[in-house]
Amino acid sequence: MNGALIALRAILIREALRFIRQKGRFVAALVRPLVWLVVFAAGFRAALGLSITPPYQTYITYEIYIVPGLCGMILLFNGMQSSLSLVYDREMGSMRLLLTSPLPRWWLLFCRLISSTAISILQVYTFLGVAWIYGIDMPWQGYLMVLPALALCGVMLGAVGLALSSIIKQLENFAGVMNFVIFPMFFLSSALYPLWKMAESSALLHDICAFNPFTHAVELIRFALYGQMNWIALLWVLASGAVWLALALWGYDPARGMIRRKG
Amino acid sequence: MKRLLPVLLLTASPLVAEEIWVTNEKDDTVSVIDLSTMEVTRTIPTGERPRGITFSHDYSRVYICASDSDTVQVMDPVTGEILHDLPSGEDPEQFVLHPNDRHLYIANEDDAITTVVDTESRTVIAQIDVGIEPEGMAVSPDGKIAITTSETTNMAHWIDTETRELFANTLVDARPRHAEFVKGGTELWVSAEIGGTITVFNTATQTEKGKIHFEVKGVHPDRVQPVGFELTGDEKTAFVALGPSNHLAVVNADTYEVEDYILVGRRVWHMAFNTDKSLLFTTNGISGDVTVVDVAKRKPIKTIKVGRFPWGAALRPTSN
Repeated sequence: MNGALIALRAILIREALRFIRQKGRFVAALVRPLVWLVVFAAGFRAALGLSITPPYQTYITYEIYIVPGLCGMILLFNGMQSSLSLVYDREMGSMRLLLTSPLPRWWLLFCRLISSTAISILQVYTFLGVAWIYGIDMPWQGYLMVLPALALCGVMLGAVGLALSSIIKQLENFAGVMNFVIFPMFFLSSALYPLWKMAESSALLHDICAFNPFTHAVELIRFALYGQMNWIALLWVLASGAVWLALALWGYDPARGMIRRKG
Repeated sequence: MKRLLPVLLLTASPLVAEEIWVTNEKDDTVSVIDLSTMEVTRTIPTGERPRGITFSHDYSRVYICASDSDTVQVMDPVTGEILHDLPSGEDPEQFVLHPNDRHLYIANEDDAITTVVDTESRTVIAQIDVGIEPEGMAVSPDGKIAITTSETTNMAHWIDTETRELFANTLVDARPRHAEFVKGGTELWVSAEIGGTITVFNTATQTEKGKIHFEVKGVHPDRVQPVGFELTGDEKTAFVALGPSNHLAVVNADTYEVEDYILVGRRVWHMAFNTDKSLLFTTNGISGDVTVVDVAKRKPIKTIKVGRFPWGAALRPTSN
């Protein structure tokens, strides 16, 4: 096995071990979307029964609508959680140890992204399993087709976290990420309400939502869950993923990035 | 094997082509949905405010209640041409074709009568006084009993089809709008829109046997208004349209318990099955569409846009 793959394996195992040891993290990651599904969505059960938009072919309850958004929520929160652990790693010194490896830095960071995305995907499938037991099922091919969509979106959102982690000085600053990144990204998207509903209340809100890469991640997942492809969402996810990845690499480049400026 | 696959698929596909005909109350048209494509393939003009719709037993004619034209129109389903009108009495809303394939029993909403029309001689052969605002019509499988429900009198009127006279009147809940004989004619079910129930009668004794109640989670009880209903082929399950609650109820026809609710379009009125009763098509009045329900899975699978205010639905197998 060459060095690059050994590094990938090591980082994957480290992330998996951390995940297994932090059972609370797994439960918390699962409880959050489930609370939205069971408590929040129940109150709006018939709220969206008035319009049919693709990929849906008939009227749906709000509980069905919200599921792809909650899958996205798991990926988003995990992406940010991963950035939190990067900051922690940096504070503890293990990040410095990792980055002193002779392997290219971009590869090491990409391995981090892949490992955190793999954990997120596992959580999304667990969530979809619980949703299925709750009575919300998708076409069987949707469960397969959503896998590449989850991987792409996971990497994209992980790259956002990676880029952010390069500018966050201390662990305490993570609360700011919560308030200024996660919540706006989540609420200003199609995760909870369709864009046509946003347009009804404000054209500006609609435009912001349409510009938000998380909206496109949710739509990519939504279409994939119903065995369909949303090409526009795919392009948005790929493009924004590339931009955030580039920013993350720049941020972690000791010669140019934020790390240098922080000293 | 790969080469055989297309042949096997062809032989496995149903030989019977099917259409669902839907009357559009506000557009004065009928929308024809081709079940192989699940799309509207024809829109045919009718008289004013078409509501009830049914086919002759050989599907060579389709009868349409054109309520505001005060007539029942007879149409050639192949050409869409109106062949002639039948003397239906005023404001015909619903009707039922007798098993003899000849006599139509028509509810005349404004006149409080049930008109019996001979479709061959095109004459009125009887007019029977019933309660105020008659609407729901049913005839027993043996053809001996016809039922008219009256919306304002809140009764099911039992008509002897030989003497063409009432032999019983039974109270039901407020505004009964639809009636069907089920289980080989041993039971009569009558839905009450305002009462929010279905009353089940023993046909032999004309006495109440049971009552079905509905409660849709998150929907105000006033909006749960049962209207049309249909039973599956084995008559073990009934699907009931619940009007402005935008749901269908799935009812166990033996225990009279509601087992499930299915979200469909707005103000669901009536419904029709396909030939093998694997799919159910509901007319959604306000949203102007038809929702297709997978009967085995009890799930809506598609909603098809039709005309404005779709009301009645009927199946037409087109070839074999």
